[in-house]
This record gives sequence, C-alpha cells and structure tokens, in this order.
Amino acid sequence: MIQLLEAFAWLADPTRWSGPDSIPVRLLEHLWYTLLGVGIAALIAVPVGLVVGHTHRGRGLTVALSGAARALPTLGLVTLFGLWFGIGLTAPVLAFVILAIPSLLAGAYSACEAVDARTVDAARAQGMTEWQILTRVEIPLGLPLLISGIRLASVQVVATVMLASYIGNGGLGRYIFLGLNLSDYPQMLAGSILVVALALVIDLALRLVERVAAPRGAARG
Amino acid sequence: MSWVSANLDTIAEQLLAHIAQALPAIVLAFVLALPIAKLANARGWLRGGLTGTAGLLYAIPSLPLFIVLPLMLGTSIRSPVNIVVALTIYGLALMVPSASEALRAVSRETLQAATAQGYAPWARFWRVELPLAGPALVAGLRVVVVSTVSLVTVGGVLGVPSLGMLFIDGFQRNITAEILTGIVLTAALALLLDALVVLGGRLALPWASGRAPRRRTAPRDTGQEAAR
Amino acid sequence: MIAFESVGKTYPDGTVAVADFDLEIASHESVVLVGTSGSGKTTLMRMVNRMVDPTQGRVTIDGEDVAATDPVALRRSVGYVMQASGLLPHRTVLDNIATVPVLRGTGKAQAHERAAELMEVVGLEESMASRYPSQLSGGQQQRVGVARALAADPNILLMDEPFGAVDPIVRAELQTELLRLQRELRKTIVFVTHDIDEAFLVGDRVVILKPGGHIAQIGTPEQILAEPADDFVRSFVGADRAERRLHLQQVAGREVVVDASGRAAGVLEQGGTP
Repeated sequence: MIQLLEAFAWLADPTRWSGPDSIPVRLLEHLWYTLLGVGIAALIAVPVGLVVGHTHRGRGLTVALSGAARALPTLGLVTLFGLWFGIGLTAPVLAFVILAIPSLLAGAYSACEAVDARTVDAARAQGMTEWQILTRVEIPLGLPLLISGIRLASVQVVATVMLASYIGNGGLGRYIFLGLNLSDYPQMLAGSILVVALALVIDLALRLVERVAAPRGAARG
Repeated sequence: MSWVSANLDTIAEQLLAHIAQALPAIVLAFVLALPIAKLANARGWLRGGLTGTAGLLYAIPSLPLFIVLPLMLGTSIRSPVNIVVALTIYGLALMVPSASEALRAVSRETLQAATAQGYAPWARFWRVELPLAGPALVAGLRVVVVSTVSLVTVGGVLGVPSLGMLFIDGFQRNITAEILTGIVLTAALALLLDALVVLGGRLALPWASGRAPRRRTAPRDTGQEAAR
Repeated sequence: MIAFESVGKTYPDGTVAVADFDLEIASHESVVLVGTSGSGKTTLMRMVNRMVDPTQGRVTIDGEDVAATDPVALRRSVGYVMQASGLLPHRTVLDNIATVPVLRGTGKAQAHERAAELMEVVGLEESMASRYPSQLSGGQQQRVGVARALAADPNILLMDEPFGAVDPIVRAELQTELLRLQRELRKTIVFVTHDIDEAFLVGDRVVILKPGGHIAQIGTPEQILAEPADDFVRSFVGADRAERRLHLQQVAGREVVVDASGRAAGVLEQGGTP
C-alpha cells in the first residue's frame, strides 16, 4: 500500500502538471488519438451498419467479419503497424480504426434491428421512404444502442492508445512504459490510475448520453 | 517464414504458456458466473449492482489491471497467476450479465410446469433451467473465449510469457514474421476455442441446433417481410 | 373503385399465398376479406397499397394499375390501420396522427390542427394529444391508428385486423364507432379479419376466403347466411350454430325470436325495416 501512496504522491507533484511531458499534455494526446480513431472508424462503420440493419442484407457476413476482427490481438496490430509504418500517426490510428470498427458496426446494425418489425412495417405502409424510415424511425428508436456501440469502441480505443505508447506514441501510456523501463512501480501505478480514470470517465459520460438519447415514450427492451 | 522454422520451439513454448493462462481464466469465469448470476437474479438490487459493476469493470483497460492487481494479490507483476486472475475478472464482467440474462429469459411458465411435474429445485435447475438457458450461455461464453485469448497477449509488455512476447520481441528486433506469427496464432487459437464451444454447445443442446436466440420479433406471416 | 384482376402471389420459396383472385370493390363500399390464417387475406389487402406486389395479374384503383404508381406516393394516399396500431413509439399522439400530412409537406402547425380535429372525430380527448402510445390503452391506440389513417383524407381505407388485439368490450365499442364514421365519411374500405361476426357487422359485402386465397363465397351478410355456397362456408359462418338458427314463438300476443337451443334472442317488431 506504500506504493499506492507513492503513486498518489507522484500524481500530486506539481512539476507533473506543466511542461511538454506533463499530465495535461499526455491526457489531451490520449483524448485526441481516441477521438481520431473512433471518429474515422465511425465514418466507415456506422453507415455500413445502418444499411445492414435496415436492409437485413449482409448481416451474416458482418457478424462473421466483426467476430474475426475481435479475435485480432490489439498489441499485435499495434506493433505490426509500428514496424511497417514507423513513428507517426499512421500506425496507431490504423490500429485504432480496425479495432473500433466491430463495436461500432454491431451498435449500428443492432440499433436498426432492435426496432419492432411491426413499427417499421407501419411506417412503410404510411408512405415513408426507406430513407425516412431509417432517419425518422430506426435511428431515433435505436439511438441508445448506436451510442452504446460508440461507448464500447471508445473504451477499447482508450486501452489501445495506451498500448500504442509502447511503439513510441504519446498519451498516458507513456508513464506506464517509462515506469516499466525504470522499474519505477509507483510511476506505473500512477499512469495506470490515470488511464483507468480516463476510461471510466468516458464510459460514464457516454452512458449518460445513452440515457439522454433514449427516445421519450419508448420503453426500452 | 524462415524465422518460423528456426524458432518452432519458442513458438510452441509461448503458445503453451498462452493456453495455460487463457483456459483457466475462461473456465473459472464460466463456472463462477453461473452461481453469481443465479444469486443475482434472486435479488433485484444485487442484479442491478452487479450488472453495473461488470459494465464498469469491462471499461478498465487490461494493462492497468495487470499492474494494479499485484498490490492486492501480493504476486509479482510478471506472475502468470496475476494475469489469470485479471482475465477471470474480465471474463466475469462479460459472463455474469449474459448468464443473468440467459437465466432470466427462461420462461416462468416452463419452470412452473417443471415444478408442478415434481422436479425438485436442484433437479429443476440442472435439467430444465440450465439447458433452456444453454444457447444464450453459449453465446456469452463465445465472447469470453475470444476476448480472453486476445487479452492474454497484453501481458507480453510486462514480460509474462505468451504469444504476446512474439509481438514485443518481434518489434524490438524488427522481425515482421515474428509479429505476424503471433497475430495469426492468437487469432487461430481464439477461433479454434470458439469453434470448440460452438461444437460443445451443439452436442450438449442438440434441440437448439446451434441457433442463437433471436430477439427480433418475427415479421408478419404475410407480405414482403416473409418473402425475404 | 378497386379491382383485383387474376391476381396471384407466389413467394420465391414456392409458397402460393394467392392464386387467380378476382374482385371488384365499388367506391364508398366496405368489403371485408375474412378467412383463417393462411387464406391470403392480408396479402391481398396489402397489394392495394403495394406493400406486397402481385406476381401475377394486376390491381387497379379507378382503372389505373397500381404497379405503375410510385409506392411511396400511393401509400400516402391510402389510409392504413393495422393490428396493434403500429404507432411510432417515440412520437406523441398528435405527431403520430400528423405523420402522413407532414410527410406530404403540410406545415407542422396545420398538420397538428388537422390532427386535433381528427382526435375529436375518433373520440379521443384533447388531453391525450401530448401522450406517447405506450401511455394509452389498447383501444385508445387503435383510435389513434384510425385517426392517423384518416389524416390525409384518403378515399381508400385499408384495415388489417384493426380490432384484433383489444378485449371484446372495447372491440364492440370500436366497431360501433367505425360504423358511425363510415356513415359520415363514406370511404372505400377493405377490411381484413378472421372474425365472421365482425365481418358481417362491418361489411357491405363479405368475401370468405379458403386457404390459398380461393374465394369460397362473395355476398352481403344476408345472402351468405341465407344461402351458404358450400359446407365450408356453412361451417365457417356457423350457419348450423344454434344462435344462427332462429324461429318465432308466440308469447303473450307478441312474436318472440328464439334460437335453436331455445334461448330467447329478442322480440320481433312489426313493420321494422332492416
């Protein structure tokens, strides 16, 4: 427990809170990478997932691909791309995007699928175009599931950003790997505490958004 | 691929170490999740609490958990036991909510009918409730299997033997083949164990014929939906 | 006028839902398609607004083949009421009723005004306007469903077992309301049900379907009861049921109608018009 106290002492040290290697800088880096990874992945996966969910076509293929992508080890992708593309944004961002896609895809198609087939049928019978069914019925009703996909993807990318520090990228993982090299356990602990805090804050924030996004009137489940 | 043929021993060693950490974690998570889920379902507040905790636990990245756990376990940071415990926690975070949901989805009427026919509580759980929850439990277990096998590799950055070591070593020595070998073997192991779970599920639950439980309400018996 | 001309529907897996079906429905007439499940009644009705396209033959509205129309525009011009209402759960009652006018580009304020009028027409209290469907009873949901179908003032109303999911008392109430509405609005109604009593109550003409969309008999309720075409119809309408077989008995100088099991059904009024 002494080590835990030392970790907190490390965190409380005012010199850690300013300068180029300070906690705020690393935190912002971490957030920026996460946003970039999830954002690019969402641009690809959300439209595809919505189309799959709306048309019921290609669902088997999507599920199989997502399943296979989930089996890919994060660290393996990060190190492989690190070797191939060298230092820079390409390697880590490519890994973030690949790893974020399955959760986003699943969130998007389950958002459409969770909507009662009779509601969709009724909307079509009233004369909604397929686009109107998607944007006015399926997306509003499935929004919590869509956001839950974004949440799972974000949490996973936060963890991957941390691992990407291993191949020389910024972010909070820096402290962990620096501590590991120096056998400085309190610093590793401090870095871990920061990453966990960030992951939990993002998770909780998006859970809150999920709640707010739940359509009024529609009982969930 | 000359690296592979020259290093078969290392590969086999790391693969075995990998399995030795993944399997106990998967089995422990599955076995522990059932009684926890059963208990949770009997108490509404406990179920809500456990599901919430599980969700948050799953949000915690694995490496920090590997680093923090030794504080509580008293193990070394490079101990495989540490990894197994951490992965069991993740497995539980995934499995408890899905087991709870699986058991809850078993129809009350069926259970009451079983009781009415004279099943004792214990027999009813083993012969009626568990088999009926089976397909959903298998679906939950599959997620645990794939996630666990992949997460074991993270221990590599701490120096714990596993296929993850191939990533670390390959990166430091600039050997692409080594990293690729690690990725392929990890994914193959995950998919193999996943296939075994599916197969086991089919053998144990032949009536479910491998179909995952469908949530979507069936489309109407007439009209375009039925034509698809 | 709606006309079905040698219409058939065969699904890609070879299932024949409907074969060689002919029917003409006059304007302002209400026709009930009645049959058991698998009789193709819903499939036939959904051909009118192209929710289902026939694989053989054609369906015309006022002489125009529906296959040549844009399905979306067609559906907006045909009212559709379905079982369990099919309301949008995330929209208020008022928004649900205003769905089609808004889709057609009517301003929201105007559409809401019209929706409020329709709530009155179908007997919904004003206070319900801002409620969500999940906050309504089954009967109220069906009223909203009817109001929604009427919102664009369509000539044709398709009703797919609209009262199938509500309890018998509410169903009787809704049926009476529908008859009142139809006297005022005089729409062309295609109504689908599996309940022969409902069919006789609602339909000017009733089409009794056998499995596969074959017509067993078409006629007014009186014709069908008086002359069932075959044993299938006889058993379907329950022509042999005690409560369908009425005879007169003289009691205290008046003619009392009694059914086959001896239960009194009512008193015969002299000079009464049907």
